[in-house]
Amino acid sequence: MAGMISYDIVIVGGGPAGLAAAVSAKKAGTDSILIIERDKELGGILNQCIHNGFGLHTFKEELTGPEYAYRFIEQVYDLGIEYKLDTMVMDISNDKVVTAMNRTEGMFQVKAGAVILAMGCRERPRGALNIPGYRPAGIYSAGTAQRLVNMEGYMPGREVVILGSGDIGLIMARRMTFEGAIVKVVAELMPFSGGLKRNIVQCLDDYGIPLKLSHTIVDIEGKERVSAVTIAEVGPDMKPIPGTEERYTCDTLLLSTGLIPENELSRGAGVEMNPVTNGPAVNEILETSIPGVFACGNVLHVHDLVDYVSEEATRAGANAAAYVQSGCKDAKEGGDIKLIATEGARYTVPGTINVSRMEDNLTVRFRVGAVFKDSYVSVYFDDERVQHRKKRIMAPGEMEQIILQKKKLQECPDLKTITIKIEAE
Amino acid sequence: MYDVIIIGAGVTGSAVARELSRYKLNVCVLEKEEDVCCGTSKANSAIIHAGFDAAEGSLMARFNVRGNEMMDQLAADLDIPFKRNGAMVVCIHESEKDGLKDLYDRGVANGVKGLQILNREEALEKEPNLSEKVVAALYAPTSGIVCPFMLNIAMAENANVNGVEFFFNTEVEKLTPATCEKCGQPIWKIRTNNGEYKAKYVINAAGVYADYFHNMVSEKKIHITPRRGDYCLLDKTVGGHVSHTIFPQPTKLGKGVLVSPTVHGNLIVGPTAIDIEDKEANATTAAGINDLISKAGDHVRNLPIRQVITSFAGLRAHEDGHEFIIGEVEDAPHFIDCAGIESPGLTSSPAIGEYVGQMMKEKMGLEEKEEWTGTRKGILNPSDLSIEERNELIKKEPAYGRIICRCEMVTEGEIMDAIHRPLGARSLDGVKRRTRAGMGRCQAGFCSPRTMEIINRELGIPMEKITKLGGDSKMVLERTKGGAQ
Amino acid sequence: MEKRNLTCIGCPMGCQITVEFEGEEVFSVKGNTCAIGDKYARQEVTHPERTVTSTVIVTGGDKERCSVKTKGNIPKEKIFACMDAINHAIVAAPVHIGDIVIKDVCGTGVDVVATKNVDAA
Repeated sequence: MAGMISYDIVIVGGGPAGLAAAVSAKKAGTDSILIIERDKELGGILNQCIHNGFGLHTFKEELTGPEYAYRFIEQVYDLGIEYKLDTMVMDISNDKVVTAMNRTEGMFQVKAGAVILAMGCRERPRGALNIPGYRPAGIYSAGTAQRLVNMEGYMPGREVVILGSGDIGLIMARRMTFEGAIVKVVAELMPFSGGLKRNIVQCLDDYGIPLKLSHTIVDIEGKERVSAVTIAEVGPDMKPIPGTEERYTCDTLLLSTGLIPENELSRGAGVEMNPVTNGPAVNEILETSIPGVFACGNVLHVHDLVDYVSEEATRAGANAAAYVQSGCKDAKEGGDIKLIATEGARYTVPGTINVSRMEDNLTVRFRVGAVFKDSYVSVYFDDERVQHRKKRIMAPGEMEQIILQKKKLQECPDLKTITIKIEAE
Repeated sequence: MYDVIIIGAGVTGSAVARELSRYKLNVCVLEKEEDVCCGTSKANSAIIHAGFDAAEGSLMARFNVRGNEMMDQLAADLDIPFKRNGAMVVCIHESEKDGLKDLYDRGVANGVKGLQILNREEALEKEPNLSEKVVAALYAPTSGIVCPFMLNIAMAENANVNGVEFFFNTEVEKLTPATCEKCGQPIWKIRTNNGEYKAKYVINAAGVYADYFHNMVSEKKIHITPRRGDYCLLDKTVGGHVSHTIFPQPTKLGKGVLVSPTVHGNLIVGPTAIDIEDKEANATTAAGINDLISKAGDHVRNLPIRQVITSFAGLRAHEDGHEFIIGEVEDAPHFIDCAGIESPGLTSSPAIGEYVGQMMKEKMGLEEKEEWTGTRKGILNPSDLSIEERNELIKKEPAYGRIICRCEMVTEGEIMDAIHRPLGARSLDGVKRRTRAGMGRCQAGFCSPRTMEIINRELGIPMEKITKLGGDSKMVLERTKGGAQ
Repeated sequence: MEKRNLTCIGCPMGCQITVEFEGEEVFSVKGNTCAIGDKYARQEVTHPERTVTSTVIVTGGDKERCSVKTKGNIPKEKIFACMDAINHAIVAAPVHIGDIVIKDVCGTGVDVVATKNVDAA
C-alpha cells in the first residue's frame, strides 16, 4: 500500500459531534484535521430530523435538524477543514492508525496524533426485544422510516402502530400523520414515556393518537407484510397480563425502543467501556482509556438535546488540540478521583477527574433511572455532602448535570471519590 | 416436456437438482416462493450432524453419516463456509450416564468416527463454559457447522449453471397422471399458478408440503406435522462463548435445545419443538422464546442470552414414522418422494441427492454430460483479502470500496454480485441470505434503504415494488407528496 | 363557558392544567405549578399555534425532496391546509436554506421556507 498519510486529529463521524469537535479543534489552533464520514453528506442523523426544536441553547433560536447541522457544516467549509464522504472507517488501532475505505481511494490508513470518536448511536432493533410473531416486511426502526420518508421520499406504510415513546417515535407519529398515514396507537413498555412532554402533546395529543403506557407487543401478524399487531398491558414484572390484549390492524410497525452507542470501532481499538452507557469510559478531558483517543456525542452516552452534543464535542475538540499541541504528552499530575453514580443516578460522564487538568468549572452529566419529583441531587466528596439541590422533577428521558469547581476540589487534596445520588430530602 | 421436474428448491430439491445436472437430461425445479431456500432450509440449527442420533439401520442414519463425509469436498467444490467444530452431548445427571453410552454405541453402529465419552474434567477442559452440573459428555469430533443458506444456494446455482431451470413463484396445484403419447410411459401433468408443466418423472421435495403432494397421487397416505422450532441468534461479541455444538441428551421430541457457534461467528440457541397444524405458521411465540431461554442455560453456564440480535422459527417436516421417505411411490409410477426430511436433513441433503441421482440414473438409463462442472465460485468476501488485493479489486470495481452493511461489513460489490449471479437475489432477504447484509446486530436498520437503491438500480425494479421476501412483502408503498417523481 | 384539560409542555412535570374560558377570555387556570404553565394554558386555549415541518418535491436537484418549515407558528387549525399546500409545492434546484417555497401559506402571513440546501444535479 502507498505510504501512510497522517493528520494531527482524525475525527470518526461527520454528524453533530464530529462537526463541532472539528470546528473547535481548528479554532484552538490545530490545522491538520480530517473528518471521515460514511454517508454522502455531512450532518449525520440531523439531516433526517427535519422537525424543529434544535438549537435553543446553542443559537437561542429554534432550528430544524438540517439547519442546525448546516450552521456547523458552513464553519467546516469556511475554516477549510478536510473531510472525506462516503468513507467507512474499518478499524482504529490502539496506536491511533485509522483504516478506512471508499470507492475512489480504496482502503487506506491514516496515522493520527489524536482520534476523536464521534460515531453516534444506532437504534435497538426488533430482534433485541424478543417480540414474538412473524417476520414480515413493514417493521422498521423509527429512524429508518424517518430516513425513508424525509430524505428518500418514500412512505413505508399507511396504517401504523408504534412501539416505544422515545422522541424519534413520537416525531414519526406526527410525520406519518402529516404524510397521510393513520397512526393507530403508540405503546410504551415503561409506566412513563422517554420522550419530551412537548412531543407527547404536539405529536400525539394534537392528532388524537393514544399513548398506552405499560404496554408491549405480544404478536405480529402477516406472512409477507404486517397485517396486524396485538398489544397487551404489562404488570410490574414487565410481563404481559393475559386478558389485556388489544389487536390493531396495520401495515406498519415502527420501533422506537432505545438507542445504543455505536462502539464497534472503540472496542476494536481496545478502549475501556462503561457498561451502563455502552460508551467509552472517559476522564475530565473526555479522553478514553487510550491516551489521545477522545469521545463525544452519542457514541459516548445518548444525549437528549443536540445542543449538549455540540457543547461536549466542542470540549473534546479543544482537548484533542491541546493534546497534539503539547506533543501528545500526558500532562496530568497526581491521582484520579473516581466519580460514582448511585441511588437513582445511573452513570456519570466523565467517570474520573484529574484535578490538575480539569477546567475551572467542569460539567458532569448524568441520567436518573426513574421519575423523581421534588427530590434532591446530592454530591458527596468522599463521605461529606457538598451539594444538595432540589429539583421539581427528574426523568430518565432527560440528562441532568452538576458543576464541579476546580478550586473546591483543590481544597481537598486527599479526595478519592465523588458520589452523585438522588435523595428524597 | 421435462424429463424430471423437482417440486421445491429447498436444500433437498437443490441437492437432487445438482446431482441430476450431471446427466443428459431436461430438468426443472418448481418453487412456490421467490427464491431458493425459503422454507425449512432457511431456518434450522445449521449443524452438520455427526450421525450418532438416528436409529441404527435407518435412512436417517445412513444419509446423515454419508452427508457428513461428503461435506468437506462439497464445501470446497462449492466455495461455502464449513467448519468441523465438534459436538458434545452433555449429561448433567449421574443417573442418565447410561444414555450417553447408548448414544455412543448407536453412533459406532452407524459408522460415526472418533466418538469418545469424556468425564467431567475432560469435558470441562474442552469446553470451559459447560454447566457446573456436567457429569460426562459424548464428544463427536466430526460434527460441524455450515451456512445453510449458502449450502442450499450453492447447490442450486451449480445445478442451474449445469442446465437445470428454476421457476420461482410457481406453486404446484395439481398432479395428474397421464401416458406419453409417443412412448406409452407414465408421465405427470402438473398444473401450477403459472401454467401447466409435463414431466416423465416428478420428484417431491416439498418439505412440509411433501405429504400434500404424496397424498394427491397415492392411496398409501403419509402425514407430515410441521414441528416448529424457535431460535435465538446472539451477537458476534459472544460467538465464542462455546466452541463446540452443545447438545443436551436427546428426548422423544428431538435433539433438544442446542447452543452452538455459527460458521459466521454468532451464537445460536435453539430449537424448541412444538407440533402445529399450519404449514405456514413460522411465527415465534412468547411461550416458545421463554421456553427456549429457560432451557438454554441448563447445559451452558452464563449464557449471554441478553445479547440476542434476532429470533426466528423454522418448521421441521416431521413425518409420523420419524424416518426419511425416499423412493418411487408404489402406486404412483414415476413419482419419487423425498419426504419427511427433518433433522438431520440439512446434513443428509447431499447424500440424498447422490442417492436419488443414482436411482434416476438406473431407472432412466442416464448418460453423463461431458461438460459438467461440479465447482462454483462463491461471492467474493473482500475481508478475506489483503489490503493490497482489496485495493486492486476496488480499482477494477469501485463498488467493493463502499460498505453497505456496517454490521457485517458487506460491500456494494458483493451485493451486486449476489444480484447478478445465476439465480440471483431479487429481494432484501435474497440479498441477505447470499451476502449477510442485514443479518448483523442492527438487523438491516442501516442497510435496508441502501440495499433497496442497489436492487432498484441493478434490476430496474421500482422502489415501491421491491420486496423483503417476494409476494406482497413490499418495503415501501408509495412516494411522498402523492407519488410525484 | 368552556372548560379544557391540558398537559403542560413547559417541562417534564407535565402538569395537568384545567382552563376555564370563553372565546378570548380566560377565567381561570388551575393545576399548573409555575408561571410557565399559566402562560402556556392561556395561549393554548385562545390562540394555539404550531410550526409545521415537512418536505417538498424538488426538480433538477441532486435530491428529490427538500425539507421545509413554516417560518413562524401558524394557527393550529390550519396545519392540514398548510400540509396540503406543501404537498402540492414544487421547487426547482438549486435551493438554499431560507428560500421561500410558499409565500403567505394559507393566508397566515407566514412563509414556508427551505431548511436544506439542494444543489442542481
